[in-house]
Amino acid sequence: MSTMSNSLAEPQTESRVTAGLSQGDVSDFFALLKPRVMFLVVFTALVGMVVSHPDVHPVVAFVSLLMIAVGGGASGALNMWWDADIDAIMTRTRKRPIPAGKIQPGEALAFGLTLAFGSVIILGLASNWLAAGLLAFTIFFYVVIYSMWLKRWTPQNIVIGGAAGALPPVVAQAAVTGHVALDSIVLFAIIFMWTPPHFWALALVKSSDYERAGIPMLPNVAGPDATRFQILAYTVLLAPLGMAPVALGFGGLAYAIVSLVGGLGMLALAVQVYRLRKGEPAMRVAQQLFGFSILYLFLLFATLLAEHGFGFFRPVFG
Amino acid sequence: MADPKAPRSLTPEEQKRRRKRSLALALTLGGLVLIFYVITIAKLGPGVMQRPM
Repeated sequence: MSTMSNSLAEPQTESRVTAGLSQGDVSDFFALLKPRVMFLVVFTALVGMVVSHPDVHPVVAFVSLLMIAVGGGASGALNMWWDADIDAIMTRTRKRPIPAGKIQPGEALAFGLTLAFGSVIILGLASNWLAAGLLAFTIFFYVVIYSMWLKRWTPQNIVIGGAAGALPPVVAQAAVTGHVALDSIVLFAIIFMWTPPHFWALALVKSSDYERAGIPMLPNVAGPDATRFQILAYTVLLAPLGMAPVALGFGGLAYAIVSLVGGLGMLALAVQVYRLRKGEPAMRVAQQLFGFSILYLFLLFATLLAEHGFGFFRPVFG
Repeated sequence: MADPKAPRSLTPEEQKRRRKRSLALALTLGGLVLIFYVITIAKLGPGVMQRPM
């Protein structure tokens, strides 16, 4: 952090930051929340709520969802505060508000901490303290365990850190039912197992970016071929796991079809990524796997939402 | 001679950004008031009116 503050000091004085005066636009603060990640958090949390069929006032459910979203956004802001030095190096992230000189690191830290504490306390007051504790743990895990510790230390960073991104359905279920049941744990496991092939496909394409920033992503440490094998191995585990809701009875007929076809699609692309190792075709298929993995996860959760939230559930067995 | 420590006046662009930040903060605070109000009503229901005098 200290090197980050020093390296950022110059461009900021030259650009829009003047002493003691915030220069950020509202949109810059919104960008700190990582809106696309926040959408994924809201979406998976909503599904975690809906599959629980909660007997809870809609206002309580809505406020809980809002606070889970704000907690996710706070994690994003705190991550951007901590990672501003490497964000400034990577092409994918150099336009973020802190490296772009639009927001000072201290502002992002204060903004993130305020939202983190606020969201946890309001979630506790609105729903229950189990959910609030889980949200606090999620934020802590993402910011301290993943961002501050694992990300720059081990190529297994996104495997372990993926737990933070997988927790929203569990937090959501706790918020509306007061307990954690097997269905939200299965949703957690699906997102957890989906994270490595998703991020390693991106890391294959952007390996030079990560190399420059000194982040030990798997392709830079173990090499692209070992990464391709790991992607395949995790996808082999993910495809059947994606069908677990059917076996447990909360995934209906539509979910069975979507998870089967989607899982086969993931497997087919992972095999292609494993086989094509050189040149443009190798990069293209890794890019395709990255894109398809987003669609796959979205379809799994959207189907559960349609089945449980809109009455499309048709049991597979009996 | 102008005091170098005196605060400089904001440019129109800076004033505009500050107004937008202030408005966003006001809306957030208003939203918080609304959240606490509706959560109280939703959790307590009609019981919100029943208290020992």
